[in-house]
Amino acid sequence: MGPLTPLRGDSGGQAMLGVLLLVAIVVPVLNLVVPEGSPWHMSTYTVTLLGKYLTYALLAVAVDLVWGHLGILSLGHGAFFALGGYAMGMYLMRQIGDRGVYGDPVLPDFMVFLNWQELPWFWQGFDMFWLAALMVVLVPGVLALVFGWLAFRSRVTGVYLSIITQALTYALMLAFFRNEMGFGGNNGLTDFKDMLGFDLQASSTRVALFLASALALALGYLACRWILSSRLGRVAVAIRDAEARTRFIGYRVDRVKLAIWTFSAMLAGIAGALYVPQVGIINPGEFSPLNSIELVVWVAVGGRATLYGAVIGAIVVNYGKTYLTGAFPEAWLFALGGLFVLVTLFLPQGIAGLFQRLGRRKAAPPSPEQAGEAT
Amino acid sequence: MRHPYPSGSHASTCPAAALVAASILVALLLACAAVGQTAWAQTTADTSARPGAAAAGAETEAVPESDGAPPSAVRARLDGTAKASAEPEPEPGDPARRLDEQVPGVGAPEQPSLEAALAALSERSFKVKEQAATDIAASGDPRAADLLKALLDGDLYYRKDDGRIVRAERTGDGWTLTEALTGESLGTVGRRDAKKITINNPMRTKLRADLAALTLASPDPAVRFSAAREMLGTANTASLAALETQLAREENARVRDAIELALAIAGLESETPAGRLAAVDAIGSSLYPEARNALNRLITAEADAVVLAAAQAARADIERRLKNNARLETLFFGLSLGSVLVLAAIGLAITFGVMGVINMAHGELIMLGAYTTYLVQLLMPNAIDYSLFVAIPAAFLVAGLFGVAIERGVIRFLYGRPLETLLATFGISLILQQLVRTIISAQNVVVENPSWMSGSLAINPALSLTYNRVYILVFALLVFVALLLTLRRTALGLQVRAVSQNRAMARAMGVRSARVDALTFGLGAGIAGVAGVALSQLTNVGPNMGQAYIIDSFMVVVFGGVGNLWGTLVAGLTLGVANKLMEPWTGAVLAKILVLVFIILFIQWRPRGLFPQRGRAAEG
Repeated sequence: MGPLTPLRGDSGGQAMLGVLLLVAIVVPVLNLVVPEGSPWHMSTYTVTLLGKYLTYALLAVAVDLVWGHLGILSLGHGAFFALGGYAMGMYLMRQIGDRGVYGDPVLPDFMVFLNWQELPWFWQGFDMFWLAALMVVLVPGVLALVFGWLAFRSRVTGVYLSIITQALTYALMLAFFRNEMGFGGNNGLTDFKDMLGFDLQASSTRVALFLASALALALGYLACRWILSSRLGRVAVAIRDAEARTRFIGYRVDRVKLAIWTFSAMLAGIAGALYVPQVGIINPGEFSPLNSIELVVWVAVGGRATLYGAVIGAIVVNYGKTYLTGAFPEAWLFALGGLFVLVTLFLPQGIAGLFQRLGRRKAAPPSPEQAGEAT
Repeated sequence: MRHPYPSGSHASTCPAAALVAASILVALLLACAAVGQTAWAQTTADTSARPGAAAAGAETEAVPESDGAPPSAVRARLDGTAKASAEPEPEPGDPARRLDEQVPGVGAPEQPSLEAALAALSERSFKVKEQAATDIAASGDPRAADLLKALLDGDLYYRKDDGRIVRAERTGDGWTLTEALTGESLGTVGRRDAKKITINNPMRTKLRADLAALTLASPDPAVRFSAAREMLGTANTASLAALETQLAREENARVRDAIELALAIAGLESETPAGRLAAVDAIGSSLYPEARNALNRLITAEADAVVLAAAQAARADIERRLKNNARLETLFFGLSLGSVLVLAAIGLAITFGVMGVINMAHGELIMLGAYTTYLVQLLMPNAIDYSLFVAIPAAFLVAGLFGVAIERGVIRFLYGRPLETLLATFGISLILQQLVRTIISAQNVVVENPSWMSGSLAINPALSLTYNRVYILVFALLVFVALLLTLRRTALGLQVRAVSQNRAMARAMGVRSARVDALTFGLGAGIAGVAGVALSQLTNVGPNMGQAYIIDSFMVVVFGGVGNLWGTLVAGLTLGVANKLMEPWTGAVLAKILVLVFIILFIQWRPRGLFPQRGRAAEG
């Protein structure tokens, strides 16, 4: 069984990964090789923007894994994303060293500003990349594990679960807004200088981050596919479609849910960690419930339960957002709100569903059962 | 078969009913206190309210009982001409008239002396000026206190050329003068043309006492009370005499209390232990901070063992009462926050609880209600006091119609798909927010408090409840009762219950379920609008205000048990009180976080909330 076996039969995924590979080759060339004056030159800003979209796409894949295939509508995935981002942000903060405004060799600026004398215990060791990288997956993973263990064990499902995931991210947002938490309060972590010794402002670093995002997306996608084509994934889909029946057959529903849920949170954490060095800031706004709901819409627009649809949705909606907030700032919320309504009413299968319908018209295969309801 | 209707299980609602009955009792007590104490109540600016409210409060305080008649009547008498008889006689209840009757030695014949006395202030001799001030104080003119205060504050000047007494304000290189007595503008003069009326220290002391005595004799009980309040612990010989005089004729119980306390505090300085003991007894367990300070001073200096013991006992008593008051205040703040939560959540208890629709636009319906209040106030700027009575039905209609439109346009296609409903209604909430931003403004708007909402109800000197919070608490309970009655006693309520319990059966019985769905959703939305009217009186009104309530509202409904109105009430009040109880230790934000974490954990323990629905099949 090769690494690409899970892609068998997933034509959408194959196409998506193919395009991703193409982009990953073309973009660095356009940015680094093509001279700046040329019309073919791609600005570093655009590279970073694309890199940001790719991290969003990875986040959307993580959400689609639990929503599309496990039936858990998480309104709190933004929290895992932000936690991963904070872990990376802490590493980047420590890398600033004495180049901060106050020039303190150890303490980040905001701590000097708050008159703190020494580094809090949870900041210890974040100057080492490996520890930060570990925390990027560990912190969201452990939070998801504890939260999921509590929730799935007592069979909190459906809307209730959605609402308490929203409460979770809301509580975290309130907590991170507090200066006493030691994460920079309102302003968050920013003003990063370099990463692993490379200047974050340099084009080459940006391209490297873009490539890392593309790689993470590809690997994350493959991992999700691999899970879904395994026995675990089939049980997950069974849980989505008929949870009680799966339980009565003898599967440990809560364990299956917990495993996939935790994995999804870790993926979200990685996406956050790649997002932060590219945008250069992480603040408690990332925890806001609106962000988490927005990313559910990416998945809904792209097409729930297809995985590659999540990637398409994340990129299309975010491109629309970048365009609209620049061209018609007033219209963005109308557009987003309208998307929510129209997609749920008229396009329940999303963009991927459109593709499938086109494909079906050609080949006319028996329609697969899509997106059953978990209520 | 499941019966998702609140009244289903009596067993489950009993504890709820008991708890609720208790909280309603508390609220009723508060309401009774509100009625009983109104005469006694002190209107103070509500510092916790928004600037607008504070300003409104200050306004009502600044113009107590201004009916315009007394000044003109007094002026007529001052003139002492036949014009006086042309003026209508003041009515028996007229404050000015009462003053004349009460203050001995202030009869009509002496009144013209006010102007003469005022003129004497321009003399150089302090003796003459002191006599002039005394004459002003004795004149009995309502403006006397104002003049003395101006003199004390160094605001009185005289014009050099004619010796006229004026108030002066520095403008550029000269003075802007106004007649001290009539307030008539006299234009500007050069820097050297007006001279300040100087006073010395003995005169200052005398002035203060005179001023206190003067205000103590004021016809307005509120002014008398604040004068007596001012003298707590600061009374001197002169003001003590004034206090004694006033006590002899004081009729208002609250002013009497304050005067007696002022005398008692002064009595703590008595030479004899017996006198001090009597003073300690008289202070009793007064809640004025001055009483406690005076007792503290006494305890550190007291030599007599009996007096010391009495003073310590009194102080302990005061501290115990203060602590109780602080508890009561926390409870009140908690209930107040709880009532806000209940108001915000109760519409959701209908749409989410009874219908099972996840309405993420609920917060925006609240916002629409608040903006309706704003628009109503724009339409009737001269009748802000009545605007809320127009705004409540208007907000119900506006939000209700939006609700019906949302149900007919979107939600009815999504029944049975709760997660999709959640997303679609969230989209609607974004659209509504942006709609308000585009049409009205992205900024917060100012919704004014009617005058009867500002100010506070002083239960005792250490505990006062702001009116807006008291009214909103009562209002929340009224809305709750109204909703409960609607669901239990009306035809619509019966149909709503029928459809939510068994749609197919209800339809077979001839209930038009689609219409009932729309009306139910409209009812829930309308209630949200009404909640918005109430919330506009407490918090900022802006496009984002709904977002602040949506999570809290869901928490309340889920905590209370979906489909159970009583659960919503109990959960809202409980969470409010819990939040406020924690705040002193943790701070507001952490308290909120802890409440959220508590609910998240609670749901794990009881996934269906405090009062879960139970089937009625077993009970027949």
